[in-house]
Amino acid sequence: MDTATRLLADAPAQLLPARELMAFTLASHIMLVPFGVALPFITLVMHHRGLRRNDPTALLLARRWSAVMAVQFAVGVVTGTVLSFEFGLLWPGMMGRWGDVFGLGFGVEAWAFFLEAILIAIYLYGWRRLKPWTHFWLAVPLPLAALLGAFGIIAANSWMNTPRGFTLDAAGNPVDVDVRKAVFTPIFGPEYWHFTVAMFLTAGYVVAGVYAVGWLRGRRDRYHRLGFTVPFTVAAVLTPVQFFLGDNIARQIFHKQPVKFAAAELVWDTDTHVPEYLFGRLQEDGSVKGGLKIPQLDSILAGFKPDTQVTGLTSVAADDRPTALQATIVHWAFDIMATVGSVLILLALWYAWCWWRRRDLPRSKWFFRCAALAGAASVLCVECGWITTEVGRQPWIVYQNMRVSEAVTPTGAASLWTMFGIVVAVYVLVFGAFLTVLLKMRTRWRAAGDGTAAAEHPETDTPYGPRHELAATAAPPPSADPGADRPRGGAE
Amino acid sequence: MTADVLSWVLLLVIAAYACGGGVDYGAGFWDLLAGGAGRGRRPRWLIDHAMAPVWEVNNVWLVFVLVLMWTGFPEFFQTVFTALWLPLALAAVGMVLRGAGFALRKPTRRLAARRVYGAAFAVSSLLTPFFFGTVIGSVASGRVKPGTTASADAWANPTSVIAGLLAVCATAVLGAVFLTADARRFGAVDLVGYFRLRAWAAIAALLVVAAVGLAVTGDDASYVHHGLTHGWGLLLVLLSAAAGAVTAALVAGPALGWARYGAVAAVALAVAAWGVAQRPYLVPTSLTVQDAAGASATLQWMLIVAVVALVLIGPAVTVLYRLDTRGVLEPLADEDVAR
Ligand code: HDD
Ligand code: HEM
Ligand code: HEM
Repeated sequence: MDTATRLLADAPAQLLPARELMAFTLASHIMLVPFGVALPFITLVMHHRGLRRNDPTALLLARRWSAVMAVQFAVGVVTGTVLSFEFGLLWPGMMGRWGDVFGLGFGVEAWAFFLEAILIAIYLYGWRRLKPWTHFWLAVPLPLAALLGAFGIIAANSWMNTPRGFTLDAAGNPVDVDVRKAVFTPIFGPEYWHFTVAMFLTAGYVVAGVYAVGWLRGRRDRYHRLGFTVPFTVAAVLTPVQFFLGDNIARQIFHKQPVKFAAAELVWDTDTHVPEYLFGRLQEDGSVKGGLKIPQLDSILAGFKPDTQVTGLTSVAADDRPTALQATIVHWAFDIMATVGSVLILLALWYAWCWWRRRDLPRSKWFFRCAALAGAASVLCVECGWITTEVGRQPWIVYQNMRVSEAVTPTGAASLWTMFGIVVAVYVLVFGAFLTVLLKMRTRWRAAGDGTAAAEHPETDTPYGPRHELAATAAPPPSADPGADRPRGGAE
Repeated sequence: MTADVLSWVLLLVIAAYACGGGVDYGAGFWDLLAGGAGRGRRPRWLIDHAMAPVWEVNNVWLVFVLVLMWTGFPEFFQTVFTALWLPLALAAVGMVLRGAGFALRKPTRRLAARRVYGAAFAVSSLLTPFFFGTVIGSVASGRVKPGTTASADAWANPTSVIAGLLAVCATAVLGAVFLTADARRFGAVDLVGYFRLRAWAAIAALLVVAAVGLAVTGDDASYVHHGLTHGWGLLLVLLSAAAGAVTAALVAGPALGWARYGAVAAVALAVAAWGVAQRPYLVPTSLTVQDAAGASATLQWMLIVAVVALVLIGPAVTVLYRLDTRGVLEPLADEDVAR
């Protein structure tokens, strides 16, 4: 923290809480995004299977996944809306100067979310009354709307990393905005594909992981088999693709944001024959403590031959690049992501091998143990990927055009720290409650499967709980309390 | 030119959020006042059932408001979010609590937990529109100038507080009127009368607050006050009041469904009146639409995106509301997810 605090000393005091708040809320939101983007698709695959083969188990799985989606989507929506607020609450300077240059992506995103919210409402609430195939087809545009939403977000984010599509006037304000250039910035393509595949992969591994746990606990019925196989196959197919895309984006970074690349690989001085460090910590003097040093490898990875020249951190002034601590963070995040990505390939190969040889799932318990972990590991990857992207860009909020400290709100540090505390408390509660609700749902379903359903919901008909009655019949419950008919004070 | 069109689009979207989101906040308001678990059981049942399929869609209007602001009028966005930091931050927190509380209450069975989620939902349904209202009031009163930093007097003043109360009353009206119609739709006869009375009460409260507001804004927000009491602004105010009166009458009669349109018209016209009253300013007397407008290429593209989106979204919204009003949309029941 030392370097960071020292550099922050000339920066306004509210910068630190603003960044912490932004990072915390983003990191929370992003955990739900894989499911917003990809769970509809995976559910529809299962749904289709159920309809085509008239398979009640597949349909049951699809229905249960949509019940989960209902809750997850809501939490995704509210945490996402907070982010839009934070653009103004934390970074008014950025939006005021650049809003009209890169805002269009968000325009696309907002409309896409609108479409997504509509379609998801129809899908989630259409199970009971719509005709089966009508219901299915009404939901088919859903994954496309999700991809469009991701397009908007990534367009905005990639613009912040490789901004263009404007010229600066004498006062330093952007003029001559070229919208097409501002949306399709150099890093956009690589970032979009790497991101999208990450979302499908993560959602697949997480969902499959739930059934892998059930499998390990001895529930080896068709239900668990199907619930595991469909999402796991989606994820396993995408894993090698993601490796390729990750390698690609890293090389794009090497060309387009060389200082970020230097931070991710801990390159101090511009040089050829640069070694690769696995982990390790960058010191203030440019040496690297700890970690595993592999000679020449970094140059080879970046340009396929050892005499490739790699730009170092010292190629720019100290206050134009990430601090040593930040570089170390970026480096670790990047290494964790790449390591996990590589290990996941082994898992996918194991699966492919068994399927190819025996048309069956692997028998080993270890396979299912790893599969159960793969979900958490890919969420970790997603977080690390974003840390690489965002921290690697420091100290720029708009790469080489605006510093984070110029964008930050003038609101005092005390207010921001207070808000940070409130937001952390609220999020901990909300995410905790969200997980509790999911676990409760699982318990209930499991009980329902064992035929102990009746015993499981003693409180179904509690007064505060309208849901069950109206589910059973469309008509409202009989009025239990005549007092409810009478208007009371308080409203008037 | 483009900037003007876009500023009207912004106003339209704010009106859409005031109406769509307002119905949901109003439902939460009545949830709050529905009494204990026993007494409040049936109103809450109705509120849950009526809100569930559409509240996320309604929330997206808010996102549009923000996006249009920062893309179309970056300086306006910067000004508002800097000066009105606290009410906006509180509104954001309120929105999280509200959405999460509502979404989590439904699948929860334990009474104690439902109470907590329900309380989070209901209380923040009251506070969030209040803070949004104060923001509008502060902008209208002209206290927010480019360069103003966050301070209490930007929003703790008569106009802002009145606007906040007005927002709460408007949501209460919308919520009660829609719930009256929903009660009829779902065949809950006893609740028709229950919410009808509340609709009337809320309309009365709204009138009182609006009258106080007109008096207060005379000195405190003179530019907007002048706009509201002259010309087009006055006409829209009168139309809004007329729509309110018609709503009050319709709620009583058999054409209950139409009362919803009346309430929406009343709120939308009121928003329009505010917009007209502060022409040509985004922030009265310090920031005009033209001055705040972003790059024209972007503005044109914003319009194009909006048109394309309308073509895509129009049919989808229609399907959603048709399915919803025909009672086709129903949550999954326990039998559906049990084996
Ligand atoms: C399951 C998720 C996942 C997996 C397995 C990987 N990544 Fe990744 N990565 C992401 C998920 C992700 C991400 C969270 O989605 C990011 C953040 C921003 C983005 O576009 O994608 C990302 C960003 C990201 C960046 C930064 C891009 C930027 O700064 O704009 C690089 C250099 C890599 N990745 C490289 C890799 C490599 C070499 C991998 C080797 C296997 C890899 N990723 C696997
Ligand atoms: C469209 C997508 C995104 C945009 C527009 C965006 C924008 C921003 C902005 C404005 C900041 C504050 C300025 C700064 O400190 O650089 C920031 C910081 C940060 N963001 Fe992103 N971000 C996006 C995606 C993400 C995601 C999904 C994560 C998830 C982990 C993330 C992680 C971070 C972190 C960790 C920081 C703090 C960096 C630091 O303080 O060193 N970002 N981002
Ligand atoms: C700082 C950047 C971000 C902002 C401002 C933001 C904003 C939002 C908003 C406003 C919503 C709610 C939309 C609604 O009301 O329906 C939302 C939800 C969502 N966001 Fe984010 N978001 C950010 C980061 C990301 C990233 C990086 C992604 C990746 C594509 C993403 C994907 C989604 C998705 C798919 C949803 C839909 C809700 C869900 O499915 O759970 N967001 N976001």
